[in-house]
Amino acid sequence: MSSFNEILSSALEALGLQKTRTALAILGIVIGIGAVIGLVSIGESAKLAVENQVSSLGSNLLTVSPSSQSSGGVRSANAVTTLTLEDAEAIKTDSSINTVSRVSPELSRRTQILNGKNNTNTQVVGAVPDYLAIHNLTIESGNFISQKDIDNNNKVAVLGPQVVSDLFGENNNVIGQNIRINRISFKIIGITTAKGGSGFQNQDDMVFIPLSTAQKSVFGSKSLSSIALEAKDKSQIVEAQDQVGYLLLKRHKLNDPTQADFSIISQQDITNIASQVTGTLTTLLTGIAAISLLVGGIGIMNIMLVTVAERTREIGLRKALGARRKVITAQFLTEATVLTLIGGIVGMFLGVILSYIISRLMNYPFTISSKSIILAISVSTLIGIIFGWFPAQKAAKLSPIEALRYE
Amino acid sequence: MIRLTNISKIYQTGDIETVALNKVNLEIINGDFVAIMGPSGSGKSTMMHILGLLDNPTSGSYQLDGREVGNLSEDELAQIRNRKIGFVFQSFNLLARTSALKNVMLPMMYAGIPKSERAIKASELLKLVELGDRMDHTPSQLSGGQQQRVAIARSLAIDPVIILADEPTGNLATAQSQEIMAIFQDLNQQGKTIVMITHEPEVAKFAKRTIILRDGQIMDDNMKGNTKHV
Repeated sequence: MSSFNEILSSALEALGLQKTRTALAILGIVIGIGAVIGLVSIGESAKLAVENQVSSLGSNLLTVSPSSQSSGGVRSANAVTTLTLEDAEAIKTDSSINTVSRVSPELSRRTQILNGKNNTNTQVVGAVPDYLAIHNLTIESGNFISQKDIDNNNKVAVLGPQVVSDLFGENNNVIGQNIRINRISFKIIGITTAKGGSGFQNQDDMVFIPLSTAQKSVFGSKSLSSIALEAKDKSQIVEAQDQVGYLLLKRHKLNDPTQADFSIISQQDITNIASQVTGTLTTLLTGIAAISLLVGGIGIMNIMLVTVAERTREIGLRKALGARRKVITAQFLTEATVLTLIGGIVGMFLGVILSYIISRLMNYPFTISSKSIILAISVSTLIGIIFGWFPAQKAAKLSPIEALRYE
Repeated sequence: MIRLTNISKIYQTGDIETVALNKVNLEIINGDFVAIMGPSGSGKSTMMHILGLLDNPTSGSYQLDGREVGNLSEDELAQIRNRKIGFVFQSFNLLARTSALKNVMLPMMYAGIPKSERAIKASELLKLVELGDRMDHTPSQLSGGQQQRVAIARSLAIDPVIILADEPTGNLATAQSQEIMAIFQDLNQQGKTIVMITHEPEVAKFAKRTIILRDGQIMDDNMKGNTKHV
């Protein structure tokens, strides 16, 4: 029995004799492994990015949103006005609530806003002073909305940096200027600090006005679109969710929690949902990539079958000279595995480069896990063994007479 | 020592049975040099395959070197081929793109002989067939006669009990044929048992004993002593 080293070097020699074919044969594996590794690490980066983004929206954040009330399986359509300022006040003051540190009632809608001829469509948020702290926002210049602005229904606005550049371009000296929201003139009193990030809930692309002004003058609505809450501690989030839920059920005179006309979502819930979405997408894409890996494996099997057919005489000779089945099997299995392993390693580098480029383009954090390296190497080895097995068996079972006669 | 007793080989192709060897009895003593002749279809090749343990007989007993080898498993046969039989084929059957030295080392690899020992033995054997200066040449860089000499060196790699040569000069010009036969004769004089299949009487003349096959049976078995071709 010849040693593994010798089998390996003869496999490398045999593959080296057919360089173009070898390269083409491994291309399928390169693309397959590259796609899997690339997608897995992009998926991980995306998940990380989502988590970062969600936590940047505020720590220990709970959001109460109105939802349509369902009774007996029937949802009423006009029930999105169930949250009121009184609800928010109650959460802040009720003695049953001891886990909530800040409350921010909000009323927001997408609205067209104007500066002379420039206009943009953005989220206008009726806010209270606590909005800033709850949502991890800071002020770049000027001031945020004060209690006085709320008490006096002042027509003042705080702009996100995105809105500033949309309406004023490069001009940064915008404090004191006026913009029009719903044909009402507002004076700009501050600009929030850019938070970066993109996608959902981009806080750079918002305009903040006093909640009282929003309710009375701009939107003409007494209800709230949401109440943001900050739990005192991370460990109290679930308790806060329960306490607030109980209070609101009582205030809305509902007995059955399943009939609630509101929903309370915690930061964790959002993170989970977002991770679930990216996770599902990643799984789906990886599944598709895995199919290309399968196709690559079939390509390897095909090439190995051609190789076995071409080298029938050689196999016959080796058997005549005393090579046992095991040795022939090992020889061709090694050739197939070396093929796929080279493909796996090249594919791994390709995948890492791919995920690096994409994470740069998408502004994701770039991660490379040892998991994907182990995955690439073990999966490609496995493919070599699985798809090399049949051709290797075919070679080992050749009768030496038939093989020697083969022209 | 080879002893065939009532060896038959029957090929079945659909409903048609072809009797390739019909109850052949044959004894070849150590140190003999046997030429097996016969027209095509006489069973020469089948005889060669059975003697070389490349195929199992349908019935009968085959004793090689005192051991019954008539019905062994494929891997057992491979091992015995490796240890006891040296093959020389008509079309040389060397590994292309592999040096003469490595070709000679091949059977020793399957015998599990350490690599360093293999190289020493192989180079000695190549010197024996006067190819000491061409050890690194690949078959395509050698003439037909030289390739066949590499093949002979390879057949000697594990000191076989018997050298089986299947039309060893079939692909060679006359001068080269003479060269090859001279080597066989030398080897035989050193005590090697050689069984050679040929259809050329000039080649068969080098052997000590000529067996003629016809329709799967031995028609003539002629011990003529060492009659050197002049």
